Amino acid sequence: MDFNDTPDQAKFRAKCKEWLDSNAKLKDAGKRINVESNLEELIAKAKVWQKKKYDAGWAMLHWPKEYGGINATPIERIIWGQEESKYDVPGSIFEIGLGMCGPVMMQYASEEQKERYLPPMAEGKEIWCQLFSEPSAGSDVAGLRSKAVKDGDEWVINGQKVWTSGAHYSDYGILVVRHDPDLEKHKGLTFFFVDMKSPGITVKPIKQITGTAGSGAGFNEVYFDDVRIPDSQRLGEIGDGWKVAITTLMNERLAVGDAKGADVNEALSLAKDKDDFGQLMIKNQAVRDKLADWFCEANGLKYTKFRTMSALSKGEAPGPEASITKIVSANKLQAIGNFGIDSGDMAGMLIDEEDGMSSFQAAWLGAPGLRIAGGTDEILKNIIAERVLGLPQDPRADKGLPFKDIPSGK
Amino acid sequence: MNLDFSDDQKFLQDEARKFFDKEGGLTNTRKVMDESLSHDEALWGKVLELGWTGIRIPEEYGGLGLGHLELCVIAEEIGRALAPIPFSSSVYLFTETIIKYGSEEIKKNVLPKLVTGEIVGTYAVAEDMSAITESTLSCAVEGDSVTGAKIAVPDAELATHAVVLVKGTKGPELRLVDLNSDGVEISLQKNLDKSRSFYKVAFNNAQSSLLGDQGSGWESHVHIMDQAAVLFAFEQVGGSQQALDMAKEYAMERYAFGRQIGSYQAIKHKLADMYVAVTLAKSNCYYGAWALSSESSELPLAAATSRVSATKAFQLCAKENIQTHGGNGFTWEYDCHLFYKRSKVLSLNLGSEASWKEKLVSAMEKTNTLN
Repeated sequence: MDFNDTPDQAKFRAKCKEWLDSNAKLKDAGKRINVESNLEELIAKAKVWQKKKYDAGWAMLHWPKEYGGINATPIERIIWGQEESKYDVPGSIFEIGLGMCGPVMMQYASEEQKERYLPPMAEGKEIWCQLFSEPSAGSDVAGLRSKAVKDGDEWVINGQKVWTSGAHYSDYGILVVRHDPDLEKHKGLTFFFVDMKSPGITVKPIKQITGTAGSGAGFNEVYFDDVRIPDSQRLGEIGDGWKVAITTLMNERLAVGDAKGADVNEALSLAKDKDDFGQLMIKNQAVRDKLADWFCEANGLKYTKFRTMSALSKGEAPGPEASITKIVSANKLQAIGNFGIDSGDMAGMLIDEEDGMSSFQAAWLGAPGLRIAGGTDEILKNIIAERVLGLPQDPRADKGLPFKDIPSGK
Repeated sequence: MNLDFSDDQKFLQDEARKFFDKEGGLTNTRKVMDESLSHDEALWGKVLELGWTGIRIPEEYGGLGLGHLELCVIAEEIGRALAPIPFSSSVYLFTETIIKYGSEEIKKNVLPKLVTGEIVGTYAVAEDMSAITESTLSCAVEGDSVTGAKIAVPDAELATHAVVLVKGTKGPELRLVDLNSDGVEISLQKNLDKSRSFYKVAFNNAQSSLLGDQGSGWESHVHIMDQAAVLFAFEQVGGSQQALDMAKEYAMERYAFGRQIGSYQAIKHKLADMYVAVTLAKSNCYYGAWALSSESSELPLAAATSRVSATKAFQLCAKENIQTHGGNGFTWEYDCHLFYKRSKVLSLNLGSEASWKEKLVSAMEKTNTLN
């Protein structure tokens, strides 16, 4: 047991460091990282950084060589991610494109399309988004209702998507829609990619519980009003939409990991510095009890990740242990945010005029979203129970029914 | 990055699992409970034959000379099987103390006999119904004579020797006492888990030998507790996993309202919560195993984290296993109660969850940067 790189991994890490050192600045430890408030500036900076990485071959390590990648192993991707995260570089707005849209295009698009779309995606010239969830189809995303009707060589799309990250600045999107409501739920779906500038597409940012549309990666509603997509932009066969979608969903669940924000260290620092009931909070037994619980969770997640990395490092398939990450971290974030706010007692709800929300307040307000995005707590527990523990699926009220006959409520 | 056991260690774990299954698994635990035995003599004899009591004892003293990681994988299987043997007392606590703090003479006399089973050891700490501290320690040594009483001492009837935490003239000391010597009186104390035995041990001018240095006994004691916490945590993880597996099997077999109860989300989510707790505990234990085997200065933090996490996991899995079994889980016939009771006893053996949380937060305070 050790935490060391193998010689090959160490060599790869050194290469990452060397390039990053000459192209970026290390994060300033004490400095609060400012979230860029100006969207255009954020996109411009992110594009410059992505282009720099692309030119040096770091942009999409895991892609195959023919599309500009280096066929990097999963452990090499992790090493790159670890090193890049130490530098003060723009947050990526390309994750969805490179992580989810790219792989789908590679698998299902024509050779010509791959040549046309993949390099600009990798280079950061064109941004992609993913159009799956709908107002009445969240956890049960296969219950989506946006319609595709064939008209000659084109399809006419009508309906509404929701929770689409980055739709407001995306150039293209991957889209799953219903081509036949007379078929069973999963069988009537077909998959496309679409030019987000097509006539009939309206993008509306969602005002979240924070009262704003969120920072760079904000969510949107996307309306389709007689939008025409050429049949050549269909990915997979007619009726294969669910099969194609499931590949990207698997990638999404892996991508949504640790909830970032106020953590146990921040709670510990607060408790060491702040008085409550006339003494330092850290002397309060109730506070100590919570700190111990959160440390066990945070540390457990850290070493769970290390176990996964150990398996990858040996070229083995990791076990299912990473499936616990989001459930544990999002709930912990919510609890720590709550703790930090409550430490202010009667005045805990007040927002500082100059500094704005504290990290605890931001955690508390953001955590409910993290418990839902990329699979709700409940769906993730179902997944653990069914796929990891092997328990049977719930009996389903929609099984075998044509989609149009499935009870839908409101 | 290699936070994993080696192939050899995994093989040893696999062998240990097969061994406990072959020897009868939980029927041994039940036999000890039903017949009011102190331990399973036949099972203990076979464990001695396999040489497991000497895993950590250097070859020059007749042991196998292996490391703590080998002990961790065996511990997990003992925990899974709820093995009714004095392994934790004699191996994690007594043997480790002799290896670390025994004089050369003591090591020569004691270690080879721990391998053969001629000597079985235990470790005596508690004096009343509260967590002991340096200042509340009352059992005392004068010269080499120990006087006072210890309670909740595991396996003291079978044990031939004990390490005893006592008050000395220069502060706490660890003392080696022959339990068959004059001035030692042992009496059985009833406890919640009849598959394990605990005793009151009264000393009246009992002769003893010093282990380690005078005055540094508390630090030695704390170190032994930290080491043992990792090993106990592996037992707890083994027990948690088994309780989860039992609940899962029952949820597949049992039907209610015309379908398997495991198809209800109320049961699925309960079992998913158990899986989350076991996974966190296991990962924390790997960190503990690393700190233990590499003699890291992070051991106090790693040990307390493993211990608290594993205590929570086993208690959760044991109680929710009963709940999943419904009324059957409350019967003597079903095995659920064996895990429930063992989870409680294991959670107390080295000090309660609250006392380990206290150690954990103290260690957090001392560590400048947690990552």
